[in-house]
Order: sequence, then C-alpha cells, then structure tokens
Amino acid sequence: MMASSYSAKDEDGHITVSGPGGGTLRNKKPENTAFKQQRLPAWQPILTAGTVLPAFFIIGLIFIPIGIGLYVTSNNIKEFEIDYTGDDTSSPCYNCAQNFSWNNTKSCTCIIPFQLDQPYESNVFMYYGLSNFYQNHRRYVKSRDDSQLNGNIDSLKKPSKECEPYASVDNKPIAPCGAIANSMFNDTLKLFYNDPNGTSVPILLTSTGIAWWTDKHVKFRNPGGNNANLTAVFQGTVKPVNWHRPVYELDTDPENNGFINEDFIVWMRTAALPTFRKLYRIIQKNNNMAPTLPRGNYTLVVDYNYPVRSFEGRKRMILSTISWMGGKNPFLGIAYITVGSVCFFLGVVLLVIHHKYGNRNNSANISN
Amino acid sequence: DFKRKENIDKWPKSHIDVKFKERRVKANAWDYNDRFSYADNRIKTSKYNIFTFLPINLFEQFQRVANAYFSVLLILQLIPEISSLSWFTTIVPLVFVLVITAVKDATDDYFRYKSDQQVNNRQSQVLIRGSLQNEKWMNVRVGDIIKLENNQFVAADILLLCSSEPYGLCYVETAELDGETNLKVRQALTVTSDLGDISKLMDFDGEVICEPPNNKLDRFTGTLYWKGNKYPLDNEKMLLRGCVLRNTEWCFGMVIFAGSQTKLMQNCGRTKLKRTSIDKLMNTLVLWIFAFLICMGVVLAIGHTIWETYVGTNFRVFLPWDTFQISAVFSGFLTFWSYIIILNTVVPISLYVSVEVLRLGHSYFINWDRKMYHSPMGTAAEARTTTLNEELGQVEFIFSDKTGTLTQNIMVFSKCSINGQMYGMDRLKKKTACVDFSFNPLCDRRFKFFDSSLVEAIKMEDPAVQEFFRLLALCHTVMPEEKSEGNLVYQAQSPDEGALVTAARNFGFVFRARTPETVTLCEMGRTVTYQLLAILDFNNVRKRMSVIVRSPEGQIKLYSKGADTIIFERLDPSSENLMYTTSEHLSEFAGEGLRTLALAYKDLDEDYFKVWMKRLLFASTVIENREDQLAVLYDEIELGMKLLGATAIEDKLQEGVPETIACLNLADIKIWVLTGDKLETAMNIGYSCNMLRDDMNEVFVISGHSLQDVAKEHILGLSRVSSAGHVEKTDAFADDSVFEEAIIAEYALVINGHSLAHVLEPQLEHILLDLACLCKTVICCRVTPMQKAQVVELVKRHKRAVTLAIGDGANDVSMIKTAHIGVGISGQEGMQAVLASDYSFAQFRYLQRLLLVHGRWSYFRMCNFLGYFFYKNFAFTLVHFWYGFFCGFSAQTVYDQWFITLFNIVYTSLPVLAMGLFDQDVNDQNSLRYPSLYKPGQQNLLFNKRQFFLCTLQGMATSFLLFFIPYGAFPLMVKEDGSPFSDQQAFAVTIATSLVIVVSVQIGLDTHYWTAVNHLFIWGSLMVYFAILFAMQSDGLFGIFPSSFPFIGTARNCLSEKSVWLVVLLTTVVCVMPGLVVRFLRVDLFPTLTDKVRRLQQSRKKQGPQEQNLRRVRRTSSRRSAYAFSHQQGFGELITSGKNIRRSTVSSLCSPERIAQSHSSSWIENMLKRKNEVSCASPESEGGAPKSVKGTVCMDPTDQAQF
Repeated sequence: MMASSYSAKDEDGHITVSGPGGGTLRNKKPENTAFKQQRLPAWQPILTAGTVLPAFFIIGLIFIPIGIGLYVTSNNIKEFEIDYTGDDTSSPCYNCAQNFSWNNTKSCTCIIPFQLDQPYESNVFMYYGLSNFYQNHRRYVKSRDDSQLNGNIDSLKKPSKECEPYASVDNKPIAPCGAIANSMFNDTLKLFYNDPNGTSVPILLTSTGIAWWTDKHVKFRNPGGNNANLTAVFQGTVKPVNWHRPVYELDTDPENNGFINEDFIVWMRTAALPTFRKLYRIIQKNNNMAPTLPRGNYTLVVDYNYPVRSFEGRKRMILSTISWMGGKNPFLGIAYITVGSVCFFLGVVLLVIHHKYGNRNNSANISN
Repeated sequence: DFKRKENIDKWPKSHIDVKFKERRVKANAWDYNDRFSYADNRIKTSKYNIFTFLPINLFEQFQRVANAYFSVLLILQLIPEISSLSWFTTIVPLVFVLVITAVKDATDDYFRYKSDQQVNNRQSQVLIRGSLQNEKWMNVRVGDIIKLENNQFVAADILLLCSSEPYGLCYVETAELDGETNLKVRQALTVTSDLGDISKLMDFDGEVICEPPNNKLDRFTGTLYWKGNKYPLDNEKMLLRGCVLRNTEWCFGMVIFAGSQTKLMQNCGRTKLKRTSIDKLMNTLVLWIFAFLICMGVVLAIGHTIWETYVGTNFRVFLPWDTFQISAVFSGFLTFWSYIIILNTVVPISLYVSVEVLRLGHSYFINWDRKMYHSPMGTAAEARTTTLNEELGQVEFIFSDKTGTLTQNIMVFSKCSINGQMYGMDRLKKKTACVDFSFNPLCDRRFKFFDSSLVEAIKMEDPAVQEFFRLLALCHTVMPEEKSEGNLVYQAQSPDEGALVTAARNFGFVFRARTPETVTLCEMGRTVTYQLLAILDFNNVRKRMSVIVRSPEGQIKLYSKGADTIIFERLDPSSENLMYTTSEHLSEFAGEGLRTLALAYKDLDEDYFKVWMKRLLFASTVIENREDQLAVLYDEIELGMKLLGATAIEDKLQEGVPETIACLNLADIKIWVLTGDKLETAMNIGYSCNMLRDDMNEVFVISGHSLQDVAKEHILGLSRVSSAGHVEKTDAFADDSVFEEAIIAEYALVINGHSLAHVLEPQLEHILLDLACLCKTVICCRVTPMQKAQVVELVKRHKRAVTLAIGDGANDVSMIKTAHIGVGISGQEGMQAVLASDYSFAQFRYLQRLLLVHGRWSYFRMCNFLGYFFYKNFAFTLVHFWYGFFCGFSAQTVYDQWFITLFNIVYTSLPVLAMGLFDQDVNDQNSLRYPSLYKPGQQNLLFNKRQFFLCTLQGMATSFLLFFIPYGAFPLMVKEDGSPFSDQQAFAVTIATSLVIVVSVQIGLDTHYWTAVNHLFIWGSLMVYFAILFAMQSDGLFGIFPSSFPFIGTARNCLSEKSVWLVVLLTTVVCVMPGLVVRFLRVDLFPTLTDKVRRLQQSRKKQGPQEQNLRRVRRTSSRRSAYAFSHQQGFGELITSGKNIRRSTVSSLCSPERIAQSHSSSWIENMLKRKNEVSCASPESEGGAPKSVKGTVCMDPTDQAQF
C-alpha cells in the first residue's frame, strides 16, 4: 500500500520526469529569465477615479454630438412609402390581390395615385418592401446553390440537395434552383409623373447598379461565361415553378440577364429580418437645376404578380433619398444621444459618489 | 528426486491450480520453471506502443464526457434535417482538442517507455552454465541465481542464499520501498549460507514452494526443499526489488518473483485521479448549462411549433414543408435538436483544453521558480501533477510530517553543561568563529562548535570534561567503520547517538573500534582499550542506557546517559548541588528547543559487580519474565550515580520553518503536525517551530488509553475552549481589552496515537474535529501512517476544506495520497513521498511560496479565466436565441459558420489564455507580505455559483445588446450607393465584429497585468479576426469553394460603411459601460485587500523594490526536558552477540563472559519479535498499558515492514 505509486523508473532515485516537460528537472537550476520567473515587465492598470471618470465624460462629449448629427441627417432624408398590398377594399390593388391565382398568365395591373409634398433632390432610390416575409428562415436561407449561381455547369445540371423541393421538375434541373429563387419578387413597378398640364410622364427607372459589385461580378456568373448564348447554355433546365419566364429572359440586356440579372441578385441576398426592403430601381438625377422628383402628383402602376395575402405579408413601395449615413433611420441618432447623455450623467454621479464616499486613501489602512 | 519427478508428471493437469495457489521455483532449472510461465523481469509501465496508440488513445479520449458530447453533436449535425450548422464547426475544434491531448499523452508515454527501457537494461550478474555472466535485468528469469554487489539495486525479489558477511548476513536499505534509511539486516538460511562459491551454487537445486505474488511488503511464507529437507522461509530471507545492498561486499540470491510479479511492482497501484474543487464546480456548472441549454431548446422548439402553426403553414407558398415534416409539433421536435447544435457553444469544447493548458503553464511556472530551487541539493520544485494548481490557492488545512519535513533529521551537538559549567554559544549568533579542531587528526571536519572554551578545558585536562566525553565515546551502540586510516564512518542507529559520538570524537575522545567485549578509544591521541562488560540497553520504559566497562587500569565503571528526569532520580546525594545547576541549564536548553540528555557515571566495586554479573547471567537464561528480571537488575546497578552534565542536541529545523508557519498562520491556514515521534519530541518541535508557545492559553494533551479517558479529556477540553470563547464573545462588545484577549485566546491540542485511535471512532470524531478546529495548533504524535491518512480523511469528510499533506517519508505516503494535495519533500530519505506526491520540493519553507504565490495566482487566474470564459460564450451564443424570435425559430444562425468554428479556438482563445497564464493582481513579494490576500481563495470567493451567475448574466445582457442594437439600426440601413445591406450576411458580419471587439475590450478590462504577450495576443487576435474575415470572404476562396464561402464580399461592403462602425462603437460602449461602472464603484467604495495592495504596489513602484520584512520569530518557551533517542530498541544485543562484527573470532564468540550468549542462536528472531512488539504496541514513554489491542489493529501493515 505504501509503495503503491512506485514505478520502476524511479528505482535509481533519479527522477525522469513524466510530468510537464518530461525533461530532467533535477540538477538543473531554472533559468533566470523574466518570463520563467514571472517578472515580465507589465502595465498594471488600476481602475481609479482619475481614469474612469474622464472616460465617461469623454464618451458623453463625443457621443452626444455624433447623435445630434445623425439625428439631423436622418431627419433631412426624404422618404415616401406606399403600401399596395391591397387587402383593404379601398385599395386600388384590392381586386388584384383577391383574384390572384398562380395560373394567371396575364398579370393584373393596379394603378395607385400618390402625391409628393416635397421635391426629392439628387438621386432617388425606389425600394420595394415586404413584411412578415421570412427570408431568414433556416430552410429558406439554405435553399440555394451558390455553385450553380456562380456558373458551375455541373451544378447547373445537378443542383445541390439543399434546393429541394425546388431542385428539379420531372428530372430536369431547375435553374436557378431553390426556394429563394423560386419565390423571387416579380411585381413590376412603374412610376409616372402627372404633369400639372394633365399629361402623364413616365419616370426613367434605372435597373442596373442596384446590386453589390462583388455579387454582380464575382458571386453570380452565368454558366459558360457572361457572353455565352444563354438560351443554349440553359438548355435542358427548367424555370423555377413560380416564374413566368425562364432565367435567361429576365432582361434583354445581356449584361443584366440570366444569373447576373440585378433584380435577381438583389433578391438572392436574403434579408436578416422578416420586414425588409430591397432596392428596386434608381431614379437618376438628370439635370442640375430641377429636382429629380418635383413635388406633385404621381401614379404608381403595379403589375400585381406577387401573392403575399396568404401569409399576411405586406408589400410597399418606398421612394427615398440618402445621406452619408444611409437611409432615414432615427434609431442610431437617438441611441447615440441617449448613451452619450447617460455616460455623462453617470460620470457626474460617479464623481459625486467618489467625492463623498470614495476611498481616496486606500493604501494607508492595510492591516494584516 | 522422486518427488520432483512426480511433480513434473503431474504438471499438465494441475499447473493452473498450482499457479494460483502457490509458486514453485527451482534453482538452476529453467526447463522446470518455464512450464509455469512466470512473468519475466521486464517491466512495462508505458501504456501504448506505436500501433496501439491511436486506437487506445482515441478510445480513452472518447470516454471523457466532453468529447463524447461533442461526438454526439457531430452525429446530430450529420442529419441534414436537423443540422443547423455544418459539420466542420464541431469537427475542427474537436480534432484540434483530440490532437493536443494525444500529443501530450504520447509524450508522457514516451518518457515512461524510456525509463522502462533504462531500468530493463540495467546490468546484473547471473550464474549461467557455471559462470557469472552480465545480463540485462529484463533477461533475468525466475529460478536464476544472481550475484549482487555492494550499493547495487536488487533486480527482482530474491531469496538470499549467501553473502560475504559471516552467518549469511547482509544489510539492505529499503528507502525506496518504505522510506526508512536505516539499514536492515537480512540473513540467509544456515544451510545455504556457505554456498559462497560458484561451483557450489551451480549444484544448488533447491526448490522453493511459496505463496503466489502479492503486494504485502512485510510478509513472505514459503518453504525450501533441498536435499530432502524442508526449511521454512520468511520475509527475513528475502531481498525485495527496489532495495539497495549496503555494507555487504556481495551476496547471492535466487530469483523468486520477477518483473511485474515482484512485491514492488505489485504495489504500483494506479494513483487515484485527484480533481480540484474548481473542477467539480465546473462540472456542476456545465451540467447546469446543459440544463439551461435544454430549456432554451425547449422554449425555442415550442416557439417554433407555434410559429409553424400560425405563420409557417401560411408561408408554405414560398417555403413548403419538407416531405418528412408531418406536423408543426414534429417540426418543433427537430428544431429542438437544431437549437441544441447551434447553442452548444455555451459549453465550448475549448474550455476543457484551455483549462488544461493553463494548468500545464502554471505547473511550468512552479518548475521554473528559482525561489523554490534548492541549490545545495540541486533540486527544483516540481509539479508532478498538472491538474491541481488552482487548489493550491484554497488550502485551509496543512498536515505536516515532522521528521525530514519540519526538521532536517540532522542532529547537531550544539551545547553541553559539564560539571555546572555551560558551553556552547547561542546558535543565532553565529558571528563567533568555529572552534578549530586541528589539534585532532581524527576529527570530523563537518562538525562545528561555537565555544572554544570547551576545547581549552579539554586541553587543560579537566577531569570532569574528560570523563564527560569519555562517557559519550563509550556509552552507545554505534558501529564504527574505518575504511582507511583516520577515515571513520559511524553507523548509528539513531542520529542523536551519531551526533554525540561525533562530538566526543572531535573533542579528542575518538571511538575507533569495537569488538563484542572491547571498545577502543583514541583519547587525546592515546589509544586506550576498554573492556566492555555489559550493555544495559535502552528501551522506552528505562529511557536510559548504560555500559559497564573496565578501564585499562582495571577500574570498573558504569556510564549512563538518559532522560534528565530519570537520571536525576538515580543520583548520589553528593551530586545534588550540581543537579540544580544542571537542571537550570537543561531548562535553558529546552527553551531553545534542544533535545537534552543527562550523563552520569558510577564507579563499581569489583566484588559487587561480580555478584551482580552472576545474577545477570542467571537472569538472562530464564525463560519466563526474562525482560522484567533483567530490568530489575539494571535498575539496581544504576543507582547512586554521579552527575557529569548534560548534552543538548539540536534537532535542526529546516530553514525558515518558524517563519513559514507564522506566515501560513496569518493566511488562516491551519497546520496540524502528524508525526510518528514521541510526545515530548513532537511538543519540543512544536515549541521550536513556534506552533506551541508559552503564552498560549492552554495546551491540551490528550493521551488517554481507553475510550472513556479520551472522551473525558476531550469533552473537558472542548468545554473549556467553548466556554472561554463564549465569555469572551459576550464581553467583547462591552470591553475592548477583553476583546483583545478574545483575539489572542489561543489553544493547542496535542494528542497521541493511542488516543487518536479512540477518537477516530465515529462517536468521538466530531468532538475531535470541533476541538481541533478551535485550537490554533494541533499536534498528533505516535501516529501510524494509517492514522495519518485517517486524520486527513476525517477533516476532508467533515470540513469541506481543501487539505494539503506534506511529508518526506514512506510513512507519509498514505496521507499524501489521501489529502487533496500531496506535497513531497525531496530530501535525503527515499523517493516514496515524492513519488506519491503532487508537488515536490526540497524545503518546507517553499510551501509558503507554493501556496501564497503560485497557488494564489493559479486560483486567481483560473477564476478570472472561467468567469470570462463563460461570459464570452454566453455573449457569443445567446445571440442565436434572440434571433430565434425573428426568424421563425428556425435555428438559423446569426453568424457565418466559419466564425462559429473559429471564434473560440482562434479569435478569443489566446487573449484569455494569456490572461490565465500571466495575470497577477499583486506581485509575489506582496503576496507573501500580506498573507491575508490568501483568504478569498479559502472562502471560494473568486469563482463560485454566484460569480458564475453574474458572469452569465453579463454575457446574456451583452448578447441581448449585441443583437438588439443592430436590430434597431439595421432594417433601414442603406449603403452610400443606395443598395441596402440589411441582409443577413451584413448583419452577421456587423454582430460578429461587435462581438469580437466587445469581448476584446472586456478581456482588456479583466487583465490586471499587461505583459507584451497580452498586448500581442489581444491586438493580434483582433487583427487575425479581420485578416481571416477578409480572407474567408475573398474572391479567391469563393472561386475555389463557392458553396463553403457564401459570404463573399460581405466584409468589404459592410465594413466600408461608416454606419456599421457607428453601430459597432455604440454596441461596444453600451456593453462595456455597465460592467465598468460596477467595477469602479466596487473598487472605490468597498476596496478589497487586493485592491489596496495593488494601489500600494503602484505607488511604491517608483520608490524601487522594498525590503521584505522578515518575520523574526521570537521563541519564548521555557519548557524543559526532552529525550533524544530513537524510540526503537537499541542495537545493544546485536553488538554483544558479536554477529555484526566481522573481525570477531570463534574464540570470542564462545567467550563465557558474554551476556547474551545463552540465547544468541536466536538473537535475530528475538530482536525482530521484540521490535515488532514495540512498533505494534507503541508503549508510551509514560508507562501505562504496555499493549493495546486497538493500537495493533490500527497499524498499517507496512509500518511493520520497517523492521
């Protein structure tokens, strides 16, 4: 019992260490290095009133102006939003929404007049917004084949399992496969300016430059290169079930067709939250003198193809200008102002507490 | 011969039975022995070989809960319906962990293999075909006859056949087996003892039939069949593997047990794996986290079911249910598993690895510490276990051995009182020069004495002084060995005797040689031979020993030395005055913690002596009551002696022992001394270590012999302490001075082994514990190794405190193994304690540094590490929980899968490791200077369940903010070119970036000690994060694996936006600020001692290093009387029997004057028998019951093995 940890190696009384290092510790004076003796020079910060309190004041003083700046900027952004879901009988799209059927080959059109109270300067961005649309559902998110979208011929013919149940129809591969592509937003929005003289002027909507450069040029590529004959390349595949046209007929411009169609790319970048907006068109500023969108009456013409009523979704059209910090969003400004004020206030409170109760002479009363 | 044939014939049927019931070994008969397939002498302690390593190691690793858990996760992830994360998020960390562990295991095993090899390849001389041949140890076989030479290790368990010494005696040192350094005697059978030459040995064909292999070191039963005769064999004829042959030129033996079947190897039980309390806490917490994880999973699964029912069914237009998805409930069930997978990072696999790495690092720091390096011995401190470090910071009880641990077990003759004159200087004032002994060519150069007046007295030929040293030179049982002229080596049975004889030698009374009936001295250069007439040996009852010698002048003298109380009773009235003076001196010696002996002599009348001698001879032949009759005769002659003086021997304490004890006491660590020594010695050491002091309110001595006695003493003690405590407590509020008293009220408890045996019974153990815990000092003496372990076990069981046992000898092994932490002193005694220990170093005083510096740091670092680790993982993981509410509870991850894979092992592992390795709140000097800093560890303050809740709460809050701030900011976020980036990938990158920055800032706040490494790791991790982020989302990687890196370009697009950085900044400030406020307020309003010392440390930094204030401990003791003998029976009988004296002639052996001749034939058995009695019964020096059944029962069997 006594000798129970005895192991043969130790019989000669010289330990060959099996512990850390395994080297022979005996007869070996440890080296006198700062590292081994744990004397590395070090900065040893201590939380003192002298460091903490100024930090709070500085944070407060920095955050409040930033917050005010953000808030003001956000407020200067003009934004107009119109909900055209059409579940309200008074809505112009009510009929389209009610009569929606997947078999309709001809789209239902509804016309929504609206008024802009202010002129929109500079470039104006047109978004479509969806609500209660779970683009971030796990099964939805993974239901795509990035390899196919990147122009891989093998994946085109044999889409990934992840795309199920939208991977193939009658043993023919779907291109582009998956639930995301299948559910692509396909309402067409057109904008007309109702001139005070009675004519309706269509507004030029640019459909390129709405996707990220990396998506357009790296992530998405047509099979067989971007200049190939798309019809030929996509031979043998079928269009997604919900689509009216195959992917190679999304646009007439070969630079914006097939997988590199920007509407498609924008849709494929799934939103983080169930309420989201996606860039639809850009209204380029064309003339330095006149505002891009002068105040007045407008008409939004919608080709109503996209059903959202069944899951209580909402569809919106948004017109917005932007600033250096993006779109209209008061949250950041308010948050910065709040946090800045709280920091400043805390600084004051801590200063008072420290002054009244704080132990400023800590080292004097160490007793053992 | 016929019989043997029969055996061989019978073998095929019965060999299996034979193998288990008994062992048959025949000398020089390999064919015969081979049939039994006994183990060969090769040993193997390594676990693996090259081919088995991978399967076995993996099997072992997967037995660990954590690894198994992660494998289950991995399997879950392979089910596509459940998998919410790619398989690589788990397999990368898992493989990483498995590889690290496997490498460590492989290295360990390699070193084991190497040492096995080294042992197996040792050379041994084996008798093969008529000649001695060198063979490797591993080739030695059962039945071989091998030759051992002096100072060689015994290669296997062998039966001693013959030796170079007369009577087949040989001496062995069993230090490696049981830690005892004194020599033990083994004797061969008489029939085999003359087999001394090779041809005779070749013809030896005896067969041994003995017990099968077992692990009892003290027992062996067997029979030798040779030449038709039977000879019984016992342990005294065996040399066990691990012993070293000493003082014997050579010996021959026959191998009985080899290799793994030797007693030594049979004792190599696996050491129990010790876990620290943090480990246990961690396991509990991990279980809680599992429970929490399951709760979250259930909540989210229910959420999912509801969502699928009300929303998901409608959303099937765009997201149809999978074919297997029969209902919302089933979907919820699957989601539960999916969430278990993505939330598993709350219990990260890297936690376990990181903890191991930290502990390993801390162990290295212990190994590397120069302040725990003992240069004289060349021994560095060593952490033999790498899993216990942080527990060193929580020790509440230390159980210490005495001899070799507190004391050096070196006896130094430091003072004496001769004829009323005191010699010797206070040992603290070592300025006085050492006495020059150059006048004496035979002196021992290591001996030092600090009072030259004694040498002058010797040179003046002061008769009293001469007689004093003559006595010291004559009255002892030391064996001299003179290897060359003037080079004397004394073999003393106890170090005290050695010290006394050495002192006499240096003062010119050199003990040079002895025969059974003479003692030869060299008195001041003149050789004088005294005739040794009788040795009246020492025993515990007599507490003295005497010799009767006849000087060359024919004068018969009795010289006696012994305990002062005993000697003083037996003095002639003429010595009375001298007795008082000497008595004063003795008190003074005792006050210094010296072990004292009184010396006296008596001139004997020739006629009287002759009569007495006759009676003695007669008495020694009586069978019955021989001991008692001899004792009466001894008593009779040792009366009316004249006092010569007294000696004071310093039982040298290890360096710095009192200071260390004082310091550990200040750290609220209770130190209990458990020693096998006698009560007096133990108390003496107690006083000299300052554990017992005169100003203590009371020292309870419990030495009852029956249950009732002990209980009575105990309850008495308890009531006194508690009543005193009670009174003081109530008065404390009334009167300050009384309050002062309450603080200094100190009690001590001294308890002896007998009483301990009673007290450890269930009905009394609580009382013992209560009393002992009220006492400042507890000393247990005369305890067996088993009892030591029992005491430790008792405290461990009832006190929920961390215990540490420290010792150096084999008798401490049980205690070292029982305690939470075992520390071995790597001193002169065997390696037993060290081998069983978790930490080892050379000096007791290093304990202070081990606990107060390394232990405290380890604990502090580990706690900070764990707190931060849990915080980090909660912050990281719970974001998924919040996100669940916005993604239809679909187990969608927030982050990129690569980020999940790398977060714990790459982005955040190094900073926290650096903190866990290098952090110091207070530097080492201050840690030692303010021992109170140690207390938080004992109270478990730095990391406990409450701290854990706070950490996880902070983590949850952080995760909440990490999610909801971007949530608020994001839906309407638009890039400068108008394209929105409220998409999932941008969201993921923003949150991930915020997270990495927040946890980095947090670790920055948690780091108290920013070394270059910390800077490198913290800034480096941030940089690595961004580097990997951009690399993973680069065009190139996407081009190669489009499906694995779908985040292409997100970082570029996202992190180039000002608003993203505004979100990150906001999140960071909001997450860190509350913690900072709390921390600041705590430091400012309720600073702990640590905070104060940190401030002090910083303010003093500029003033340069402070001098450590050494705690000079004043000894104020005025106790007296100590007795300095080994508590074993002396060697007197062995000497007078002449057996151990080589030069002895046959004629002298037959000398009629020899006392013990009548029973010399059985002296060895006799002696062994008596010694066993001594050790079993441990008769108290106070007398009383000589034997106690209890005491014997409680003996550890190995304790007897010492003899």
